[in-house]
Amino acid sequence: MATPVMDTNTTPTVQKLTIGKSLNLGLRAAMEADPKVIVMGEDVGKLGGVFRITDGLQKDFGEHRVLDTPLSESGIVGTAVGLAVRGFRPVCEIQFDGFIFPAFDQIVSQVAKLRTRTQGRVNVPIVIRVPYGGGIGAVEHHSESPESYFAHTAGLRVVTCSNAVDAYWMIQQAIQCDDPVLFFEPKRLYHSGNLKADVDTTATPEPLFQSRTVRQGTTATIATYGPSVKVCLDAATAAEEEGKTLEVIDLRTLSPLDLGPVYESVRRTGRLVVVTEAPSESSLSSEIAAKVQQECFYSLEAPVIRVTGFDVPYPPAKLEEHFLPDLDRVLDAVDRSLAW
Amino acid sequence: MARATDTRVGLYRTVRLIRRFEQRAVDLVDTGDIVGGIHPYTGQEAIAAGVCAALRDDDVITSTHRGHGHVLAKGADPARVLAELAGRDTGLNRGRGGSMHAADFAMGILGANAIVGANAPITVGAAWAARHSGSDRVAVSFFGDGAVNQGVLLESLNLAALWRLPVLFVCENNGYATTLPVGEAVAGTITGRGEAFGIPSVTVDGADPVAVLTAARTAVRRARAGDGPSLIECLAYRFDAHHTWEHRARMRYRSDEEVHSGRLRDPVTIQGARLADAERERVDAEVESTLDEAVAFALAGPHPDPGGALDHLYASGLRPRQGGDH
Repeated sequence: MATPVMDTNTTPTVQKLTIGKSLNLGLRAAMEADPKVIVMGEDVGKLGGVFRITDGLQKDFGEHRVLDTPLSESGIVGTAVGLAVRGFRPVCEIQFDGFIFPAFDQIVSQVAKLRTRTQGRVNVPIVIRVPYGGGIGAVEHHSESPESYFAHTAGLRVVTCSNAVDAYWMIQQAIQCDDPVLFFEPKRLYHSGNLKADVDTTATPEPLFQSRTVRQGTTATIATYGPSVKVCLDAATAAEEEGKTLEVIDLRTLSPLDLGPVYESVRRTGRLVVVTEAPSESSLSSEIAAKVQQECFYSLEAPVIRVTGFDVPYPPAKLEEHFLPDLDRVLDAVDRSLAW
Repeated sequence: MARATDTRVGLYRTVRLIRRFEQRAVDLVDTGDIVGGIHPYTGQEAIAAGVCAALRDDDVITSTHRGHGHVLAKGADPARVLAELAGRDTGLNRGRGGSMHAADFAMGILGANAIVGANAPITVGAAWAARHSGSDRVAVSFFGDGAVNQGVLLESLNLAALWRLPVLFVCENNGYATTLPVGEAVAGTITGRGEAFGIPSVTVDGADPVAVLTAARTAVRRARAGDGPSLIECLAYRFDAHHTWEHRARMRYRSDEEVHSGRLRDPVTIQGARLADAERERVDAEVESTLDEAVAFALAGPHPDPGGALDHLYASGLRPRQGGDH
């Protein structure tokens, strides 16, 4: 990818950043690199977004490139379609996961289908940013994980970041992608000081549509993404004290899925646990389980086990700790797999 | 054929072309050459002709499930539109879009759209793009009376008015949303929808191309001058079925008397009366000849290769999904 324009006189090339700040700098780099990149959404301009991900962008790039829109999700995404087919690269922020549903028709009926409908005569290079997942003490509509709906729809790309380095690069890669990308951001990790990481803005990033093994192990494989990656890494650290080494794979790309590293790992470990906040029924975790049994049938020592949110509407804040997969549930699933 | 022109003969040529195109297309539905049926535009020709005659070639339109008239009036090649309806590789969308999704970006046709009202925000985005590219191009959203009850249309009216964008909202009130009469579907008025957002809104005779043209010119002038969107409600009558499926289903939601009287105000007759007989006959012959060629072209085209279903799904090359075993 093109190197973003950075002012090297004042900005060090390696900075210790949170995920939120990395996204902010990634957006900034994309806007500097391409004047056709437009940021639009609710409260993204003057305020800089309710999560401050677009902080300072309107001040620096102007109101014509960072648009505060009314509460009008279908109108926002539909407007972005019109912009995209006329040469712009709109980046829409959906303020909270559950607010994407008013835009569902535009996303699945227009964004996903225009390219096939016109046989490639037009691209729809839209990025739809979605802060997702629970753990912020909010309620339904503000804590959901709707990624499977979109991964289900041919014509869309769906990706999610779990760390600051990926956040910086993946948002830029998504904006440069000529296909529409749903970009899911783990909102409870946005400002986590513990997850600050060294982001080298001169590095060469990995391709966008690749999963990554983030911890090696031989006892069992864990496939996960987004906010659950940290949970699984913590579980792997705890398991090590019991002499188990867990291989953790951060899927990063949900459509297309890049399951090659998962197959390779499962052929070695014989066991797979899939961890998502999204409920399991007819979901990405179902898809992963189906594909792994298809590709690794003779290697599996136990059925694929899924640790997910439950198949209920997202609970009130006081109950969400019971809903979200945590370290204990992940370790319990590993034990059940080993006991099979 | 080119985009509708604003002369007496030009307007007649377009309404006549659309009328005969739709009649030929219905014939091809009956013979099984067009599979899946169509939503005929018959009776509403004056609206597409009048609006598109007020535009420039570089202006853009979005259209509806009943979109053949708009696409033809904006200048798409009738042969390639018909080939699209017949699902041929030579069609506008290479036979993959079908009757409800005809698009020709080179002609400023950003696509017909089967989801009622869904084209409206896309038009707003196209208008925003024009404005911010420093162009005075305008964007037209055609929609029916059914769309005025869709939330996304109201969102689009709001955004266009808020940002003073160069949009023409053209409502084709043909009396029915599928089978539901307007009176049983629309609280308040259609122009009231526009006025609520501070958008100048007028109702015109949608059977008369000149009446539509006059209103469209005013709206286009406003839009190009940076004065924002307008809404034009065009009153018309849908002569044919909601969808050709109705020819067999015989739904009986309109009385024969109503259909008869509705057809009395015929755009082709109204504009035709403004031409001398010889002029009209010459245009009719030209249109017939164009459509003879269009039918021949459409039916001669190869069918698309089903093996190419994934070819244009993604721009970024990757084979996207493995799916299950098929």
